[in-house]
Amino acid sequence: MDCEYNTSVLKTGEGCDTRNGKPTSGRKRRRRRESKKERKKDEGRGSRNAQHAVDSGERTEKERQRKRRKDREEKAEHVQSLDKSKVNSRDFAAKNKKNLKNEKTRSKGRSKRELEEGEAKQPQRKGCAKAEENEQDTCERAGKRKGKKKKHRKKVETSSEQESSEDGDKEGEGEDEEVEEEEEEVEKEVRPETLTPEELEKLKEAVDDKKKLIQALRGKPWPMKKKHSTLRESQEFLEKYEGALGKGKGRKLYAYKVMMNKKWMKFKRDFENFTTACIPWEMKIKEIESHFGSSVASYFIFLRWMYGINMILFGLTFGLVMVPEALMGRPYGSMPRKTVPRAEETNAMDFAVLWDFGGYAQYSVLFYGYYNSQRAIGWLKFRMPLSYFLVGVGTVAYSYMVVIRKMARNANETGGGDENSFNFSWKTFTSWDYLIGNPETADNKFASITTSFKEAILEEQESRKDDNIHLTRFLRVLANFLVLCCLAGSGYLIYFVVRRSQKFALEGFENHTWWERNEVNMVMSLLGMFCPMLFDVISALENYHPRVALQWQLGRIFALFLGNLYTFIIALMDEINLKRKEEDVVQFNMTMWEASLHNNTADNSTAPPLFTHPADVPRGPCWETMVGQEFVRLIISDTMTTYITLLIGDFLRAVLVRFLNYCWCWDLEAGFPSYSEFDVSGNVLGLIFNQGMIWMGAFYAPCLPALNVLRLHVSMYLQCWAVMCCNVPQERVFKASGSNNFYMAMLLVILFLSTLPAIYTIVTIPPSFDCGPFSGKARMFDVIQETLESDFPAWISKVFSYAANPGLVLPFMLLMVLAIYYLQSTSKSYKEANVELKKKLQMQNEENKKKNKRAALKAAMELEEARKAPSSRTAEQHYNPSHQHRRHDMADSRAGSFSSDQGKNGDDQAPFTDCRRSKPVKASASSRGRHANQGATAGYPAGHPRQSEPSRLQRVASTQRR
Amino acid sequence: MGNKQTIFSAQQLDAYQSYVPFQRLFSRYRDLAPQLVPLDYTHQPDVKLPYELIGSMPELKDNPFRQRIAEVFSEDGEGNMTLDDFLDMFSVLSEMAPRDLKAYYAFKIYDFNNDDFICKLDLVKTLNKLTRNELTEDEVRMVCEKVMDEADMDNDGRLSLEDFQHVIVRAPEFLRYRHTPQ
Repeated sequence: MDCEYNTSVLKTGEGCDTRNGKPTSGRKRRRRRESKKERKKDEGRGSRNAQHAVDSGERTEKERQRKRRKDREEKAEHVQSLDKSKVNSRDFAAKNKKNLKNEKTRSKGRSKRELEEGEAKQPQRKGCAKAEENEQDTCERAGKRKGKKKKHRKKVETSSEQESSEDGDKEGEGEDEEVEEEEEEVEKEVRPETLTPEELEKLKEAVDDKKKLIQALRGKPWPMKKKHSTLRESQEFLEKYEGALGKGKGRKLYAYKVMMNKKWMKFKRDFENFTTACIPWEMKIKEIESHFGSSVASYFIFLRWMYGINMILFGLTFGLVMVPEALMGRPYGSMPRKTVPRAEETNAMDFAVLWDFGGYAQYSVLFYGYYNSQRAIGWLKFRMPLSYFLVGVGTVAYSYMVVIRKMARNANETGGGDENSFNFSWKTFTSWDYLIGNPETADNKFASITTSFKEAILEEQESRKDDNIHLTRFLRVLANFLVLCCLAGSGYLIYFVVRRSQKFALEGFENHTWWERNEVNMVMSLLGMFCPMLFDVISALENYHPRVALQWQLGRIFALFLGNLYTFIIALMDEINLKRKEEDVVQFNMTMWEASLHNNTADNSTAPPLFTHPADVPRGPCWETMVGQEFVRLIISDTMTTYITLLIGDFLRAVLVRFLNYCWCWDLEAGFPSYSEFDVSGNVLGLIFNQGMIWMGAFYAPCLPALNVLRLHVSMYLQCWAVMCCNVPQERVFKASGSNNFYMAMLLVILFLSTLPAIYTIVTIPPSFDCGPFSGKARMFDVIQETLESDFPAWISKVFSYAANPGLVLPFMLLMVLAIYYLQSTSKSYKEANVELKKKLQMQNEENKKKNKRAALKAAMELEEARKAPSSRTAEQHYNPSHQHRRHDMADSRAGSFSSDQGKNGDDQAPFTDCRRSKPVKASASSRGRHANQGATAGYPAGHPRQSEPSRLQRVASTQRR
Repeated sequence: MGNKQTIFSAQQLDAYQSYVPFQRLFSRYRDLAPQLVPLDYTHQPDVKLPYELIGSMPELKDNPFRQRIAEVFSEDGEGNMTLDDFLDMFSVLSEMAPRDLKAYYAFKIYDFNNDDFICKLDLVKTLNKLTRNELTEDEVRMVCEKVMDEADMDNDGRLSLEDFQHVIVRAPEFLRYRHTPQ
């Protein structure tokens, strides 16, 4: 009987369901059962009906006991599954409710129930519904930690069955046997053809649940043994029923699926390991990070990222432009654009010329001018000009995509202002890297953790500091004024130099010295070197927080570099115009020259045309190659300055400081020159501008990405070495959290600004007539038109021409603008809502804190009252200890299979129960009062949840009241 | 390893293998003390490796919390480990372990006095272990205060498991365990 009751409790949900929600299924099942098990049912009904009539009086008493037992079990489980204490209490409430509900339904539909009882309690059904039970559970708590719950339920059930048999209730035992019998029957019964569709469905669900349990098993904080037993159980279950579901083939399919799943998991894991192992320089950067803090490391991470991008750009230009031309295009010397002209032939191999990317370097695949305008080359019929154009566009498009995606991801990662709310906690709990297995790394990690704590503490103190605001304001204005002066001065200097160099160019470079020829580049490099230092000195006036100061510094240097770059571009434009004038002259001369050739051969037209060596043919100046050369030279000089600054400014300085310190009159290491710090802002900006130049020049010099990859590779090693050997960590190490997107934003601006001139030249200036893949066309983008007309069916070009119609383009652009506006406004509103919600959350948190405080106070008051209460309560207290004690014992006995943590919990519980037990011994009200007082005011002894005490009291009281 | 054939019952193997790369871990376990660990595990011998051996593994030996880890995962609470404990430890510390599980065990690791709450004393211990006592007392006190301020939702002066999980699942570093080449 006991057992029966318990299972019925467990099944209330289901019962309700069949009665209210799905009557048909119940009926069907009944029908089937009737047909199958007529005899047994009759027996069962008779006996059970009689029981009900007899038992109705006893029920209330039994129920109470059962409830108590349940309560106890709950407790035991509560103890066992410490981590889920909250859920458990919810569970507890739910169970109580269910009991109540059960009672209600009982009293209401007694007669109906009695009718059904025979069937509802039909052992056969119980057996076959074993699976259903599980699934019903999960239905009730859809989504609420299914596997775990099920486990609990099962345990409750089994334990109750055990108890009932312990009680010596004959019927209970009989029932148990019956259950076993039925289970066997079920096993026989599970054939797909004998199951109704609903049951099949339910079985399927149960099987799915088991699968989920198996999958989730890894996530349970249980010891191995328990996991194993659970796993075995569910696997057996699966094996038994899965085959039934799949109608014979299911077993094989299942095994196959499992195997594939395992293989797939393994592959994924290996692949992940592989990709993480492929991340280059990870160790180096980690090392630097541990010594110099995250801001310096952020530069190197940025550098690595740039390296990745450049690798892809390099792959594109190398694979689709340079290699096809070198392999399949016409060879060197076959035509004028591919030959060094006669005048330059003598010193085309000189190092000085090659270093300047003249001579043989100029007439090679490295530059635009070498490429032939032949539409298709080689046996592959590779469309060279088209490929050249598309790669040029593709590199820019790819860069845009990557930068914007990275920005978006960074923005997502920061998550909008939440990052500081748990700053210290995260540092404390998550900063150790559990994968460190190397003493040196561990040392570094200790160092870096200490640094990060110091940073955080510093920041915290910084935010509290409040200085003389007028003075700082004045100083900041002054600093900005000085910086503006610097910028204006450098702008003027560049303008002056460019004008001068134009004058020299008109006069011809040959008459001037090396310095005069390279004045522009050198001045730009020098300005780029010294101005940031000046800004650095000036920014000391401002007294910003280092992170803010870094951003200001970055902004200023950005402005400086931008000015430099644009003056350079303007100068270049002038030069292009000059070259184009020259080109016109050459073109005119060419026609004259050809005419003269014709005149010579006109005498005997039958003779073969006179062969002129391609080196002798007059040619135009090819401004595109000139632009490419300029950029390449700029990159080279920039790289050189960077490296030389590094060697002199950092290495030499460090060496001098280190060794001259022995024989110097003041302490060099601590005093004036000291060791240099790593200049994050300058280096980042150098990298960004370098990249900008690559983007600008890559169209005219396909070798630029390759050069840049080389440069980045070298500078990675060089700078890593320089940082580790001759720099000292910044005095105020700080976090670089937000500045990452700042770099990205600057990179995006530079990308935009550098594609502008490139696109301008491509669209507006006609290509040279005798060099490059687009020679002979009016504009470079005509290559698209040409391809559309000759390689695609006619309708596509028609569609294109329609699509290019301004009547279509303008509305489309308007639509885009509208879409952007709409998206922007929605994102704004989302942001606002986000802020609002965050505020609410914070309010709620504070409220909760207050409430908890109040609850604690209230509990104290209640304890106070309990002290004053009449001594009748002592009886209750007398009861409680035994109650508690029993509960505790249960927990202990149950904890047998669960190892350490349960045992520990039992221990934790022990002092509590002990003190409760000791109370009746003390007996006197005053002593108890003292006890309560202590608990309320002087704080609880460690290990006792403060909140749980009053609630436990209440709970105990409530059980008493029943 | 040809002649060193390990013996497990098929059932054991089946059960173990679904969690962890079992053979590898068992050989790791056995290599720690070949004289103690038998090759035949069919009868489930009662073997425990002492903490000194566990703590000297390369995975743990540089970890400031190695003792705590061993204590938390061992059945006797003193760091002496059976094979099951050992497997438990590795399955939790592996990257594949789910977030909640990691959080649960992390909580236990940081709970030095096993009272199921992280109190200030636990925090101080954690900090000192993390920084090798390089922070001054004032700094430690301040950090502890800040942590409590941030994470303690119910204001009882210590962190419960819920508080801890609330904090930790939001941490960006929490799931970003990367392989460091050794």
